[in-house]
Amino acid sequence: MKLKFLPLILMIFTVLIASCAPKPGPEEARTLIVMTHDSFAISEEIIAQFEAEHSVRVQFVRSGDTGTALNQAILTKDNPLADVFYGLDNTFLTRALEEQLFIPYDTPMLDQIPDEFKLDPGNFALPVDYGDVCINYDRVYFETHELPIPTSLEALTEPQYAGLLVTQNPATSSPGLAFLMATIAQFGEEGYLDYWGALKQNGLVVVSNWETAYYTNFSGSTGQGPQPLVVSYGSSPAAEVIFAETELDQSPTGSIIGPNTCFRQIEFVGILKNAANLELAGAFIDFMLSVPFQEDIPLQMFVFPVNQEANLPDAFLEHVQIPDQPASLPPELIDANRETWINAWLEVVLN
Amino acid sequence: MSSKTRLFQLWLKKPAWRALLLWALPAAFLAYFFYQPLLALISMVLTGRFAVVSPTWGIDLSALNLNRIWQPLTFTVGQAALSTLLTLIIGLPGAWLFARFTFPGKRALKILTTLPFILPTVVVAAGFNALLGPRGWVNLGLMALFNLPAPPIQFLNTFGAILVAHVFYNTTIIIRVVSNAWSVQNIRLRHAAQVLGASPWRTFREVTLPLLKPAIIAGTFLVFLFNFTSFGVVLMLGGPQFATLEVEIYVQALHLLNLPMASVLSILQLLCTLLITLGHNRVAGLGDMAISPAAQKIGVRKPRKGLERLVVILLITALFVLLVAPLGALALRSFVKLEPTRGERGEIQQGLTLQFYRELGVNRRGDLFFVPPITAARNSFIFALMTIVITLSLGLLVAYALLTRAKINHFLDPLLMLPLGASAITLGLGFIIVFNQPPFSTVRFPILIPIAHSLVALPFIVRTLSPALMNIPSSLRNAARVLGASPLRVWREVDLPLLAPAILVSTIFALTISLGEFGASTFLVRPEYPTMPVAIFRYISQPGALNYGQALAMSTILMIVCALGIFTIERLQLPGKDMF
Repeated sequence: MKLKFLPLILMIFTVLIASCAPKPGPEEARTLIVMTHDSFAISEEIIAQFEAEHSVRVQFVRSGDTGTALNQAILTKDNPLADVFYGLDNTFLTRALEEQLFIPYDTPMLDQIPDEFKLDPGNFALPVDYGDVCINYDRVYFETHELPIPTSLEALTEPQYAGLLVTQNPATSSPGLAFLMATIAQFGEEGYLDYWGALKQNGLVVVSNWETAYYTNFSGSTGQGPQPLVVSYGSSPAAEVIFAETELDQSPTGSIIGPNTCFRQIEFVGILKNAANLELAGAFIDFMLSVPFQEDIPLQMFVFPVNQEANLPDAFLEHVQIPDQPASLPPELIDANRETWINAWLEVVLN
Repeated sequence: MSSKTRLFQLWLKKPAWRALLLWALPAAFLAYFFYQPLLALISMVLTGRFAVVSPTWGIDLSALNLNRIWQPLTFTVGQAALSTLLTLIIGLPGAWLFARFTFPGKRALKILTTLPFILPTVVVAAGFNALLGPRGWVNLGLMALFNLPAPPIQFLNTFGAILVAHVFYNTTIIIRVVSNAWSVQNIRLRHAAQVLGASPWRTFREVTLPLLKPAIIAGTFLVFLFNFTSFGVVLMLGGPQFATLEVEIYVQALHLLNLPMASVLSILQLLCTLLITLGHNRVAGLGDMAISPAAQKIGVRKPRKGLERLVVILLITALFVLLVAPLGALALRSFVKLEPTRGERGEIQQGLTLQFYRELGVNRRGDLFFVPPITAARNSFIFALMTIVITLSLGLLVAYALLTRAKINHFLDPLLMLPLGASAITLGLGFIIVFNQPPFSTVRFPILIPIAHSLVALPFIVRTLSPALMNIPSSLRNAARVLGASPLRVWREVDLPLLAPAILVSTIFALTISLGEFGASTFLVRPEYPTMPVAIFRYISQPGALNYGQALAMSTILMIVCALGIFTIERLQLPGKDMF
C-alpha cells in the first residue's frame, strides 16, 4: 500500500491543535457570561468598573442579530450558554416569556424606570433602553426641491412624494418589520393593507435589508442613492454627525416624528434560568440599569437609556428628535400575528 | 518481518479494508462535527421537545405555506442552473487562457480573479453599487455622454444582478479547477493526434475535451451547489422579490422564529444536494483515464497569430471588466472622500483620503469590542491556516480512499459533499446545541470556526485532489516499486510531485473559503476573536460616512491579505515543482 506519512503527520498536527483547547483556569468560577446581539457595544472603562468592584470577569457572547441570539438562547435553555441575556426587544418579548427563558428579578433600580417601559409585570424581563424606528429624510433634497417634509404616514401617499420612500422587507429586516407595525398601530389591522397598497401605487421601493436601503438607496447617506426618504432609526441623524468624514454642525439627515410615524423598540435584559452565577447576574443587571452604564448607552448603541436620572450626551440632545407619540402595539398581539401580518404584506406589496 | 505485520499487509491489500481505514478519520470528523449537530437540531425541533405551542409556530401545510416551499425551490434550481451556465461560459475560456498562454501580468490577473470569492456580500453589493448603481460610475458616465435625464441601467434588485454576482463570485472555481487539469495535460497526445491528421477542432473534441471532462464536471458541480445555497447575493442584490431556499430558511428561523418550518426546508435543501451529488457521481463516473500527466509549462506559450492574439486580448479584457472592475471600484472608494462643502450643498466635492484607514486603528469611543485591523487580519489568518491543515490532511485521506474503488465510496462520498448544501443557519444553530459544554464549547472554543470552514472547504479539496490522483497511472508506481523504491519513496517521488499542482489549488481553496466565510462564523465568532468579514459587517451596519468608509477600507485590507496569501502559496516549493 502507498504510505501516507505526510497526511499522517498533518493529521497528528491537527489532533495536537485540537487538543490545545483552552483549559478552564482557576478564575473560571468568577466569570459572568452575558449573551447579547451583534449591535451591543459598551465602553471598556464601564465594564472595567464592574469587574473591579465584583472581582469578576465579564465575558460577552455576541450571537448575531436579535432573532439569532434569541433562537440560541431558546435552543440552549436547559443548559444555558450564559448567565444573562440582553437585547430581547418588545416584538420578541412574548415568545421569550412563553419559552420561560428567564427567572424573575426584582431589581432595586426599578424605581428609576418609568412604567411605560415595564412591559413584563412579572419582572422576568427588565427594560434597559429604547429607540425608535423612524423615517429619515435627506435635508438637502427637500431644500433643493423646495418640497415640504412629510409629517405623517398619510402624507407619504401624496403624489409629490411619489417614488421617494425606500423601506425594508419586514420578512428579512427588523426595522422593516417595525415600520410595518407602526402602520398597523396607525391604521389598525383592517386598514394597514390598504395603506400599503396606496404606498405601492405611489412608487414605494422595497429592499431586503437596512444596509442596502441606507447605503445604496438613500440619498442622504454617503452612498447617495436615489430615494430621499428611508426607514431607519430615530438616532441615525446623530450617528451621521458623530461618524461624519468632516465635522458637521447640522446632520445631513433628519427624522420624521409625527404621530405613529416611529415605532418604539424597547430592549430587555433577563437572568437565564439555570444560570451558573445567579447573584452576579443580578448585580450585573443592577449595574446595567445604574446611571454610569445608562449614560454610556447612547453613544455606544445609539439608543436611549430607560433610567430617567441618566443624562443624554450633547450630540443626542442636538441631533436626535424624539417623537411625542411613538407607535406601539401590545407584545402579545405582535407575537400572535407576526407571521400573518408579514404574509399579508408580502401578498399586497411584493406580488 | 513478523507474521503479524505480514497479516496486516495482506489485509490491507483488500481495497475494501484499505478504503475503510482511510475513511475512518474523515468520516469520524464529518459524523462528529456535521451530522451530529444537524441531527440534534432537527430531532430537537421536530420532536417539539422544547416547543411552546404558539399559533404561528409549527408546520402548517396550508396552500400558502406549500407555496412558500415550492416557489423558493423552483427558483433556487432555476437561478442555480442559469448562473452555472453563465459561469461556465466565462470560466472555460478563462481556464483555457490561463492553461495555454503566457502574457504580461498573468499571475496578477489570476490572483485578482480569485479575490471576488472571499468578499462578504454586503461589500460586493456596495462595489456593484459604486459601479452600476443609480449613481454609479457607469450610469453617471452614460447620462453625461448621451445627455440622459435618468440612469439608463437598472441593475440592483433585478434577476440579472443575481446572475452577474454569481458569475462574479464563482468564475474562479472553474478557472482554478479546469486550468489546473488543462495545464498538466500531456501535450504529446495532442501532437500525436495532429500528426495523424486531425484538425485542431477534432483534436480538441476528441483528445483535449474528454481528458478535461472530469475537471469540468467537478467544477460545474461545485459552482452549481454554491449557487444552489446562495443567500447573501439573492437577498441583497436580487432584492425582496427573490427568495432561494436558504433565504426562506433564514426568514423562517431568524425572523419568524419558526424552527420547525426552517428544519423542513433545511432537510429539503439537503435532499436536493444529495440528489445533485448522486447525479454528479453518475455522470462523472470514476475517472478511469490514467494517462501520464505532462510537465507543467510545456505547451504554455505566448499567443501567436493575429486572431489568437485578438481572442486572448478580448478574454483578458472580459475577465478584467467582469471580475476586477467591481473590486477596483470598491478599493478606490475606500480612498475617496465625498463630503459636500458647506454653502454649496448638493455639489459633491471629491478628494483622496487615507482617513478611513487611519480611523480603523483608532478606538474613538473606547469601545470594549474595538478590534484593530491587524488583529482581525491575524485571527482570519490563523483560522485559515488551521482550515488548510485540517482539509488537506482529511482531503488526501479521502482522495486515496476514492482511489481504491471500494463499494463504500459510493455511500460515503455523497455524505462528504452534503455540508456544501447545508444551510449555514441550521448548522450554526446545531453547533450551539451540541457544543455548549467543554471540551467543545461554542462560548470558549474558537477552533469550532476553522472546523466549520473545513466542512465547507473539504468537498472542494476532495474534488480537486481526487481527479489529479486518479490521473496518475499505477504503472508509474509499479515501475518505481519494481526498481526497489520503498512505499514512502514511491509516494514522495511519484505521487507527491504529480499531485503538487492540485495540492496548491486545494490550499488556495481552503484559504479563500476560510477567509471569506461569514454565515456559520456569525454563530461561532466570539468578540475576542473576530474575523475580517465580521469586522466589516460591524462597520457597515451603522449609519455614518466614516463607518461606510471603514467597511470599504477593511474590505480592501481583506483583499490584500488574501492576495498575499495566494501569492505566497503559489510560490511554495513543493517537491514536484523543480521537476518541471
